[in-house]
Amino acid sequence: MGIKVVHYINQFYGGIGGEDKADYTPEKVAGVKGPGMGLQAILGDEGKITSTVICGDSYFNENVDEALDTIIKMISEENPDVVIAGPAFNAGRYGVACGAVGKAVVEKLNIPVVSGMYNENPGADMYKKDIYMIETANSAAGMKDALSKIAPLALKLGKGEAIGTPEAEGYMPRGVRKNIFCEERGAKRAVNLLIKKINGEGFETEYPMPVFDRVDPAEPVQDVTKVKIALVSSGGPVPKSNPDRIEASSASKYGKYSIAGMDNFDPSNGETAHGGYDPVYANQDLDRVLPLDVLREMESNGEVGSLHEFYYTTVGNGTSVANSKKFATEIAQDLKAAGVDAVILTST
Amino acid sequence: MVKEIERAGFPVVHMCTVVPISLTVGANRIVPTVAIPYPLGNPALSMEDEKELRRKLVKKALKALETPVSEQTVF
Repeated sequence: MGIKVVHYINQFYGGIGGEDKADYTPEKVAGVKGPGMGLQAILGDEGKITSTVICGDSYFNENVDEALDTIIKMISEENPDVVIAGPAFNAGRYGVACGAVGKAVVEKLNIPVVSGMYNENPGADMYKKDIYMIETANSAAGMKDALSKIAPLALKLGKGEAIGTPEAEGYMPRGVRKNIFCEERGAKRAVNLLIKKINGEGFETEYPMPVFDRVDPAEPVQDVTKVKIALVSSGGPVPKSNPDRIEASSASKYGKYSIAGMDNFDPSNGETAHGGYDPVYANQDLDRVLPLDVLREMESNGEVGSLHEFYYTTVGNGTSVANSKKFATEIAQDLKAAGVDAVILTST
Repeated sequence: MVKEIERAGFPVVHMCTVVPISLTVGANRIVPTVAIPYPLGNPALSMEDEKELRRKLVKKALKALETPVSEQTVF
């Protein structure tokens, strides 16, 4: 009898449904589901997935404490040797859920956890220090490769075997430093690195510096009743029928649309292009994503100075950081040229 | 996107439901909202109550734009 494994997955991989089922509450089923089949094939006789916990991504992220309580209870009843969460690839809410479940399992149950996701998934930065996080491709096309790294690492963790370096095992560096013995003393290694650098040769630092990309808060506006406000959104609000065909995921473009003369959204003039959440509510009334109606009223009764004539929008669903940066840089230039003072940015 | 627009000098208020993601991507002024598919609404309410809810959230966002902050702040 090998080690016992519990697998955590979302409503999609659990076969419950898509975004319309993203509010699915936690459920435990015996045996494997979805990607668990592939995992079980690799685990073989050495490990057995005894049960699978399924939870909707929106339910989890909107009810974190409640969801975690239930899920942790479900997992602790199984008393597994290791927990596998995901892989989540570039699905943001799923990645955050995998990370949060993993962290809670480690802290509350003291059971090791391995997950997997794309390095731009927000869950990666949030939880890579808490659990073992295999770096995966950005879509489920990378499933086979992801499982081939997750399963062996899970076996090692479950058996309590020594874990190799991030490079050797394929997980994201956790910021853990370990003392090791080297042939050469530190001073000599440092000088060797320096000489390589001076000679323009490739070298690998022994202590990479973390990269912090933070922007200082901008100065506030003095008086909102005197300034021009612009609306920007990553929730995919677009005019009816999405004229520029902004993609439902991995957006390659953003849109700039006039709201001149419009007092609010209704199903005839607005909808969402976003493929990462249930669009029913946004399509009924896009003010739920981009609050045009109340801002117009506030504009006319003097509570805000004015609303910029255009709104800017893209779909923040698996869209790369590089694209988002590019869109926002262009949007910011446009806002400057238009004399905008401050921005309300909504996300779904 | 929040970060790049703020980098250009604009105060930006990020209205979103999953606050931990907003903190991770580096928003400085954050107003938590209702739910992922309807951040600024709630289909369970009447039209009037829903609009009132939205108005409150937008007012909070405008207040955030008027507030000096020195670090990431959840309003």
